[in-house]
Amino acid sequence: MDPIILFFLLGLAAGLLKSELRLPQAVYDFVSILLLLSIGLKGGIELQKQPFLDLAPSVLATLMIGLLMPLVAFPLLHKLGRFARADAASIAAHYGSVSVGTYAVAVAWLATREIGYEPHLPLLLVVLEIPAILVGIVLARGLSSDTKWSDVAHEVFLGKGIVLLIGGLLIGWLSDPQGLKAIEPLFMDLFKGILAIFLLEMGLIAASRAGSLKRYGLFLIAFGVAMPLFGSVVGATTGWLLGMSEGGTMLMAVLAASASYIAVPAAMRISVPEANPTLSLTASLGITFPFNVLVGIPLYWQLADFIHRTL
Amino acid sequence: MSIQEDYRRKLLTVITEAALETHLTRDLDKLGAPGYTITNARGRGQRGVRDAGWEADSNIRVEVICDDETALKIARHLREHYYDNYAMILTLSDVEVLRPEKFRP
Repeated sequence: MDPIILFFLLGLAAGLLKSELRLPQAVYDFVSILLLLSIGLKGGIELQKQPFLDLAPSVLATLMIGLLMPLVAFPLLHKLGRFARADAASIAAHYGSVSVGTYAVAVAWLATREIGYEPHLPLLLVVLEIPAILVGIVLARGLSSDTKWSDVAHEVFLGKGIVLLIGGLLIGWLSDPQGLKAIEPLFMDLFKGILAIFLLEMGLIAASRAGSLKRYGLFLIAFGVAMPLFGSVVGATTGWLLGMSEGGTMLMAVLAASASYIAVPAAMRISVPEANPTLSLTASLGITFPFNVLVGIPLYWQLADFIHRTL
Repeated sequence: MSIQEDYRRKLLTVITEAALETHLTRDLDKLGAPGYTITNARGRGQRGVRDAGWEADSNIRVEVICDDETALKIARHLREHYYDNYAMILTLSDVEVLRPEKFRP
């Protein structure tokens, strides 16, 4: 078994058994900052090597996924799940956006198997973070309301995740390769170790959601598993249509399957305050993140493999 | 130490979600708070355990020392704008200060 997955299981078990273990918030912050920067840097360095012609179609297709996913999720949650409008909109926004942690695990999974992927995927990761937030806000309040769009824009574009990802991309893209060598030990060589600590903490956080999981019941669990499965098919098909490699197709599936827990919760808390954050975080962290990390990633690889073989 | 009337001020303490920090400090400046102190906090309440494991589970404690009028104005504003949708506790207490000129609006 992959050790980083075992770190996640350790965190999950420690949390469920109510162990005294907790990481200081500063550690969580530091580790997630490193992950975001590493992913950005890696993308930037690769983009430097080849001119990014033809990026427009994949950026556009990714934007479309970001708009489509919440529009599929919202009626399911609102009508079928009978969630209040604000709650349904907020959960839908989480599922339209993307989880950097899940992406990092998928990248590590591919690296272990020495499978390559398109260099611009980190850019698509950034692109997919954003549209669902806007769709979520519009679903919750409609267009004509008193939403302060300048506040929303600030929250969306200057949130920690976006700043670090885009910052890393730009630094990687603008730096000369010799200079980058010097910082590689921290950002590249230690990537998996950092990811392991991050997953330990994610296990603890996911376990802390167990209580609310019981309270909100079966529909949320079913949704938290079904939505990523649907997303993975949408993502993988898009990747294939864009002519991506198997690795790239699999990462597109991961992007569309994952649910946000950094950018979207922060934006929703401010823009749609009446939505209950426990619901969306329970779904995205308590169900979908563990599902994707433990079951989803190998499954999405098989999906990518299947699509490339049969189509 | 005997305290003159002029040395009495209100201490306004707000415990709320860390997500609100930027908005809250902007409001405080607008409402004439002479200053504020923010500390990280954790605990348990109506909205469950807030253990500060990561940003969405974090609380802050904001303290403002000011005159009665400003304190009430701030308290009223926070009640109107945040009580419905956010985890928030607000208390007012009397304190005595040594340099009253610091705590005027």
